[in-house]
Amino acid sequence: MTDRQSRPALARLTRVELRKMVDTRSGFWLQLSVLALTVLVVVINLIAGHEDDWTFRNLLGDALVPAGILLPVVGILLVSSEWSQRTALVSFALVPERSRLIAAKVLAGVVLGLVAFVVSAVVAALGTAIASPDIAHVWTFPVGLVGQDMLYAASAMAIGVGFGAALQASAPAIVLYFVLPTAIGALGAIRSISGTVEWFGSGSLEWLTQNLLSGHEWTQVLVTLALWMLLPLAIGTWRITTRDLD
Amino acid sequence: MIEAEKLTKKFAGRAVVEDVSFRCEPGSVTGFLGPNGAGKTTTMRMICGFARPDSGTSSVLGGEYRRLPNPGRQVGVLLDASAQHGGRRGREALAISAQTMGVEEARVDDLLGRVGLEPSAARKRVRQYSLGMRQRLGIANALIGDPEVLILDEPANGLDPEGMRWMRGLLKDFAERGGTVLLSSHLLHEVDAIADRLVIIGSGKIVAQGSRDELLSTAGTLVRADDDAALARALAAAGLEAREAEGDGLLVDAEPRAVGAAARDAGIALVHLAPAGDAGLEQLFFDLTSGEEGR
Repeated sequence: MTDRQSRPALARLTRVELRKMVDTRSGFWLQLSVLALTVLVVVINLIAGHEDDWTFRNLLGDALVPAGILLPVVGILLVSSEWSQRTALVSFALVPERSRLIAAKVLAGVVLGLVAFVVSAVVAALGTAIASPDIAHVWTFPVGLVGQDMLYAASAMAIGVGFGAALQASAPAIVLYFVLPTAIGALGAIRSISGTVEWFGSGSLEWLTQNLLSGHEWTQVLVTLALWMLLPLAIGTWRITTRDLD
Repeated sequence: MIEAEKLTKKFAGRAVVEDVSFRCEPGSVTGFLGPNGAGKTTTMRMICGFARPDSGTSSVLGGEYRRLPNPGRQVGVLLDASAQHGGRRGREALAISAQTMGVEEARVDDLLGRVGLEPSAARKRVRQYSLGMRQRLGIANALIGDPEVLILDEPANGLDPEGMRWMRGLLKDFAERGGTVLLSSHLLHEVDAIADRLVIIGSGKIVAQGSRDELLSTAGTLVRADDDAALARALAAAGLEAREAEGDGLLVDAEPRAVGAAARDAGIALVHLAPAGDAGLEQLFFDLTSGEEGR
């Protein structure tokens, strides 16, 4: 009964948001597909790839791709479904401090991203063990890359949450999330401006899973994160906290 | 306790809610009555912190709703029964709310039983629910934190007669144990039998409020004669305002005593003479809110 007068802790709200990601039909199947694709990517690699590429490092780099691309949709839906399914009328009645609910969603997204990283690592490790190619240093993995992979998975989810929050509608958020990088990529094909355009694309995030980044590359990754993660989150937070909800 | 104090909300310069003030006391059920589009929903959303009033204030349990630390444990809210994720199971929707407000999950099954959702129904996804089932789920969701105040927007919508009777019992019981209930409806008969007080809104403004008896006392007299036309002429001659009531007979803006005297003076035999009661309340509600149609 002590809970009656005390604010729900952010950790509890985050657990609730994690639960909301998996307890709907769409969320459940989306995550199961990501898992299946992760396994598939490793399996295909082992069947069709070359023995020299069957290192843990290579397999993990590939295994992270499905999560990096598809899992953010779970983050988008976590926010946008509050409007498309109108559950905002329940969620914000229980948590009227709107910024806390947004924070819980971002945290839940980050946690899911880290879980996806761990799952991908397990799948890649199993693949490596099964293939056990006859080359040295199969398990060699730079510690720095662990951090980069975690940043990759976590930021992908935060980007999804940001898009969902900024647009508050599932279809436009998902379409923009997939179309924008392609559109910017197309602009980048124009040689005279390609150098500038590269800074606005999200492609640099893919570097995180490949190699330890140089200082210059870090700059570009941070710019990308500011533009693709922080900006949508800021717009979304502003829209949700300052406007009437319906 | 719920208080609204001169709440005003404008959309595109037009006031959809204007100067709305009322109080809901503990131990009572307040019916918030008005046609669709009269501003009931907007008012309730302002009270619950979803919409910001352009002017005026509201409070729930003595403070702003948005300042309540754990509102689910103090105020049960049902703003729209359709506002549940279609892909989520009914029981799960309640479990999420319970977890958010820190209520043990065992209570979810109690509540499902209390609102009459069978375990088989609770396992279904909300998409498959009828509106009546969604209302039951929404009411369970409002009750799960064991609140002192209930704010329900059109909770009877979609309920069958048995469901209406069940809800009436539930809300009366809630109020008898000291709770405060505010429920809205666009149909008089839905709230008439439950509400201790009625707040009637039309075109964004409160047009009448008070207990049922207070409102009824202004509702006039229902009178019938074999020849209603002659009766109408007699009443007009006596300076009493009368118009045709729903069904048959006349609704007169006066005490039964004055109506009877006017009929006697004109030598007209009456077949019915009584305070207007339900028919009067119906007419009153219609008159008070019919400005809506005129727009």
